[in-house]
Amino acid sequence: MPDTELREDTDPAASSAPADAPATSSRKTGAARRRRTGPEGIKGTIAKIVLLGLVDAVAVYVLIMLFLSQSWLALGVSAAVALVINWIYLRKGGLPAKYLAPGVLFLLVFQVFVVLFSGYIAFTNYGDGHNSTKDDAINAIQLTAQKRVPDSPAYKTAVLAKDNSFYLLFTDPQGKVSLGSTDKPLEEVSGAQKNSTGKATSLDGYRTLNFQEIVANQQSILDITVPVSANPADGTLRTADGSNAYQFKPALKYDQAADTFTDTTTGAVYRDNGKGAFAADNGETLSTGWKIDVGMENFARAFTDPSLRGPLLGVILWTFTFAIASVALTFALGLFLAITFNREDLKGKKAYRILMILPYAFPAFLTGLVWSGILNPEFGWLNQTLLGGASIGWLTDPILAKISVLVVNLWLGFPYMFLVCTGALQSLPSELDEAARMDGAGPWRVFRSIKLPLLLVSIAPLLISSFAFNFNNFNVIFMLTGGGPRFADTDRDIGATDILITLVYKVAFGQGTGRDYGLASALAIIIFIIVATVSAISFKQTKALEDVNS
Amino acid sequence: MNGSAPHTAAPADQTEHGVTTTDVEYLKSLQRRRPFGVWFKDKGWRHLVGVIVTIFAVFPLLYVLSAALNSTGTLVGSNALFSKIDFGNFTALFNMPSRPFAQWFLNTMVVGGVTSAATVFLGAMAAYAFSRMRFTGRRVGLLSLLLLQMFPQLLAVVAIFLLLSGISEVIPALGLGSQLGLIMVYLGGALGVNTYLMYGFFNTVPQSLDEAAKIDGASHTQIFFGIIMRLVTPILAVVGLLSFIAISGEFVIASVVLTDPDSQTLAVGLYSFVAQQRSENWGVFAAGAVISAIPVMALFLFLQRYIVSGLTAGSVKG
Repeated sequence: MPDTELREDTDPAASSAPADAPATSSRKTGAARRRRTGPEGIKGTIAKIVLLGLVDAVAVYVLIMLFLSQSWLALGVSAAVALVINWIYLRKGGLPAKYLAPGVLFLLVFQVFVVLFSGYIAFTNYGDGHNSTKDDAINAIQLTAQKRVPDSPAYKTAVLAKDNSFYLLFTDPQGKVSLGSTDKPLEEVSGAQKNSTGKATSLDGYRTLNFQEIVANQQSILDITVPVSANPADGTLRTADGSNAYQFKPALKYDQAADTFTDTTTGAVYRDNGKGAFAADNGETLSTGWKIDVGMENFARAFTDPSLRGPLLGVILWTFTFAIASVALTFALGLFLAITFNREDLKGKKAYRILMILPYAFPAFLTGLVWSGILNPEFGWLNQTLLGGASIGWLTDPILAKISVLVVNLWLGFPYMFLVCTGALQSLPSELDEAARMDGAGPWRVFRSIKLPLLLVSIAPLLISSFAFNFNNFNVIFMLTGGGPRFADTDRDIGATDILITLVYKVAFGQGTGRDYGLASALAIIIFIIVATVSAISFKQTKALEDVNS
Repeated sequence: MNGSAPHTAAPADQTEHGVTTTDVEYLKSLQRRRPFGVWFKDKGWRHLVGVIVTIFAVFPLLYVLSAALNSTGTLVGSNALFSKIDFGNFTALFNMPSRPFAQWFLNTMVVGGVTSAATVFLGAMAAYAFSRMRFTGRRVGLLSLLLLQMFPQLLAVVAIFLLLSGISEVIPALGLGSQLGLIMVYLGGALGVNTYLMYGFFNTVPQSLDEAAKIDGASHTQIFFGIIMRLVTPILAVVGLLSFIAISGEFVIASVVLTDPDSQTLAVGLYSFVAQQRSENWGVFAAGAVISAIPVMALFLFLQRYIVSGLTAGSVKG
């Protein structure tokens, strides 16, 4: 197509967008003005004002919330984005940007930014026990490691409720009455009604819980820890029965000047060990730490930690095997079927075709689950019914589990290959076939030397995408075997059919071992690098990029 | 296979009669063997392959249907296919307070529907810009989209989770546990895969149509909504359907973002059904699987022709 057509520049047609500001209309030619004042122009302008108004309303709300939570960086970025959006849609011209902006915005935030963010997380120790700043960690340690003060006086307690949250009303031995809750430090109140023993029982604006209600809400009442003051070192008040409360103080005392925690009973000193945690001299660390940058440690750990190195190499190898074998098997079967049914006069061709593409229409996440029932070693149909009660470990033996995964993925994937191969075969010119036959080539020779090479030219890009897809084919693996059977030589949850992406998921969100976002992101970055390398090499050899140059 | 054998053999024996009339025994043996052999070598083996592959393709679907209709409910009880047919599992499925299947179904339709509609719209706008306008950064933009589709969003699932948990501290309605947040995440992938597919299709609509409309005084929005969008309806249907299928089956991100059972989608919910007690819940799970698969499969088969042409037109260009 000629480049000059519809070129986005300052010609009047391009700037006659119906939504242009009315003030500019006086500078336009008569034709342009007539167009703009048509009914379509008014409708367009109104639609644009409404849409942009909505976007700006949301933007203002977001900015206010960010301001209140004092997230200055996010505030700055959001404000800039809001300004850019308004600039794009209010200015004259710049038509491509108007069409591209919404999609590109989502793309930048939820595809490009999150990838860069993964890159950043991969260089931190982010994860369970390391998910906030050091100050938060110090506060959390003081709040969690609480011990009852040995000779703490008993505070008489009543449980009050307001707006679905619970408060505790304390009467101290001197008769002073105060109120507090988990996120509301102790505060003296006046005007409470007291009963005959001098215990404050109710307060205006609050409802006092009776015994039955206290029993019914026992757990949430036990969980209430009322800070004595804003400083966590002063300790908290807690009640075990809803009628008496005792003072608790941190068992670990924080020394701000030395930046150390001291255990008040054993006297052990915990210091900042430089790895995002407080550690004692004997190496024991406090469970709550904070997030720090650890450089290449996550990558180093992946390839040196003995509980990780062996299994990880196995997983990488299997990921490649799985992806390549899946592409090869589905393509082979799909091509074979396409050739088999590429006959005009075959009866029942349509019926075969519809029945064969059913697996492709079946939701992929259900496939793994359904097959896991069929292949279940103890109760599954294959062992129980077809093989008459055999106990073959289709999903529990490492080798058989791998084969099962490949067969299930073949079931899922061959219809797609069947469809595209049929399409590609039918687009080959029939003269080629005839010419080759004239020259004396047999059917096999025609296929191998003429049809297959031509077919591969058009199908190769699809095979590459298929490889990239199977490289990260989470659903089949996770739903069928969950990655199992587990490797014997590691205490981590890694198994024989785990591919890299299921490993990432398990490391980051799995049960059992703690969540380790840093390591998971490092593994994700490794996948990025592998996929990028493979596709760069293969795209160089295909003509997929030619389209772009047209 | 056996059903079609006599048909193909019938014309063959007529010619045999015409050629040989002397040796009746020989003729009979010919009638019985050679036509079948020829037929098998030519077409019969194709039917054999067809039947075998069809059994492979259809069996798991029949199995899950039979399990759904068998209210025995356990994995072992489901092994005798179609031994018992009732709707006990379906009744049980809709009466589980801790596992609100109807709600999951609705959630999936809402998340899938909104996402695919928005995906089609965003993708079409981008494809229109790339196909009809020339601007600096156009080529780089197209190339980047082509590269970005190599990296699925699920690779960055950790970062997505942390980003959303950060957002939920400021705006809970868009953060973790919210379907709106999940839809936004999915829209991040709207351009990558689909724009390229649509771009190819948009290029097949002649530019002269735009030109003519422009001369008649149409604005760019009128050209886009009034002309282009109508002419590319098939590709819009394909992209919408493919993205609906992809989103409704997406597990990784949905499982991380949607934590509350009432907001979950079918993929996350049905997985939780069998994750712990696979064999006990099997019948009810199968019933859920059948109900979740039916709309997608019906849509797919209904729009099959469009999908096939979309798959081949968008990508198989050579």
